[in-house]
Amino acid sequence: MSRPISTRSSLESVFKGWPPPVLDPAGPYAGSISVLSWVLFAMAVVVLGVVLAALGVALFGGQRLKSRLGGQAVIWLGGIALPIVVLTALLVYGLSLTRNLGTPAPPGAMRVQVTGEMWWWRVAYLDSSGKVALWDANELHIPVGETVVLELRSADVIHSFWVPRLSGKLDMIPGRVNLMKIKADKPGSYGGQCAEYCGGPHALMGFVVVAHEPAEFRRIMADRQAALASKPPSGGRGEQLFASAGCAACHRIAGTPFNGMAGPDLTHVGTRRTLGAGILPNNRGTLMGWIGNAQAIKPGNRMPPYSVLPADDIRDLALYLEQQR
Amino acid sequence: MPEANAARGRKVMARVGCASCHTIPGIAWPQGQVGPALQGFAAGNLISGQLPNRPDVLAAYVRNAPEVLPGTTMPAMPISEREARDVAAYLYTLEP
Ligand code: HEC
Ligand SMILES: [Cu+2]
Repeated sequence: MSRPISTRSSLESVFKGWPPPVLDPAGPYAGSISVLSWVLFAMAVVVLGVVLAALGVALFGGQRLKSRLGGQAVIWLGGIALPIVVLTALLVYGLSLTRNLGTPAPPGAMRVQVTGEMWWWRVAYLDSSGKVALWDANELHIPVGETVVLELRSADVIHSFWVPRLSGKLDMIPGRVNLMKIKADKPGSYGGQCAEYCGGPHALMGFVVVAHEPAEFRRIMADRQAALASKPPSGGRGEQLFASAGCAACHRIAGTPFNGMAGPDLTHVGTRRTLGAGILPNNRGTLMGWIGNAQAIKPGNRMPPYSVLPADDIRDLALYLEQQR
Repeated sequence: MPEANAARGRKVMARVGCASCHTIPGIAWPQGQVGPALQGFAAGNLISGQLPNRPDVLAAYVRNAPEVLPGTTMPAMPISEREARDVAAYLYTLEP
């Protein structure tokens, strides 16, 4: 049989490419970083060529060539003057190329707080006064063509936010707020990954950014806002189990009495592309597997296994959560 | 089953995440514990302890279990009929 494969490496159905292609920018902020990387790479190739040529001369060259290259002038020019000129030019070029990363976002830009938690992401969409308008987790929706400012924070240890096709990496540091801008040129789902080792299941701490056409994006947000106030109780078994099995101690579902904040907000879990923080496709089967024994899937994460629940209960919980849209 | 392809079936299973509940040879991660492990499935003679272990029944079951076996807790999975045949073909390669 061929090499074992994994569900995480099969997430192409969720977002294009996994691991996310690092040099395939989908927006201007990743774009400038990618151009700079290629320029540096090209220069490194040239320098390597020059060094190898010099080595060739040293090993196989004639006496005359060697003595000419071994003089003081070559050292001063090639070893000091040239690097100073080239590196300074590169510095100026690099800084101007990536200036778009440091400039403040246009006034009125959408702001979202993303908090790294061991080992998932808390997402809070802010309104214009900076108050939390909507909670979510592990997935971020943005409008295409608009700069979105992320306020990156951490609830525990250092994490690093990285959605390669939209941005570089930026650390999330306890007690600090680091600002990052992202912008997508095209609609689509973009995969991300925590890029700073944060303990146990760090490698299974993924993230998804979904970019929509602006009109579509505003419709989604308006729908969510409208649903907040009035979520009719489902009255079903799943809803009762959510309370009796203790899920509500850690999970919040807006518009219901369930208001735990220790785990990801599940208000819109039915619409998520993934489960378990960007690591599994989201369907009834994976939802049941996660609820029944999240420890088998993501060992060490902070959700307890529910091996004591009968399979019917797990299914009914999954049916209930599927409807949280 | 004509045209069913076990290699394709394994990829389908990895993609939709069957392994969130089952430990499946050939799928490295995850190794779920909610449903039975599938090692040795080919040797069993009943599906879910109740249905005859025939390719057509198995293909229908992995796609929409509750329809084939009312009351089962195995959920319907988002795969096409053709993908279901491929998945069944892969399951029949799982010797003990
Ligand atoms: C002790 C707190 C706690 C309890 C109780 C708990 N969970 Fe969780 N849950 C978590 C944490 C923490 C995560 C995030 C794990 C991770 O990805 O690292 C999580 C993740 C989830 C997710 C995945 C969310 C996503 O977007 O990926 C689902 C679904 C979920 N829990 C459902 C449930 C259900 C249903 C119950 C009750 C049977 C439950 N949880 C009980 C803490 C808890
Ligand atoms: Cu990490």
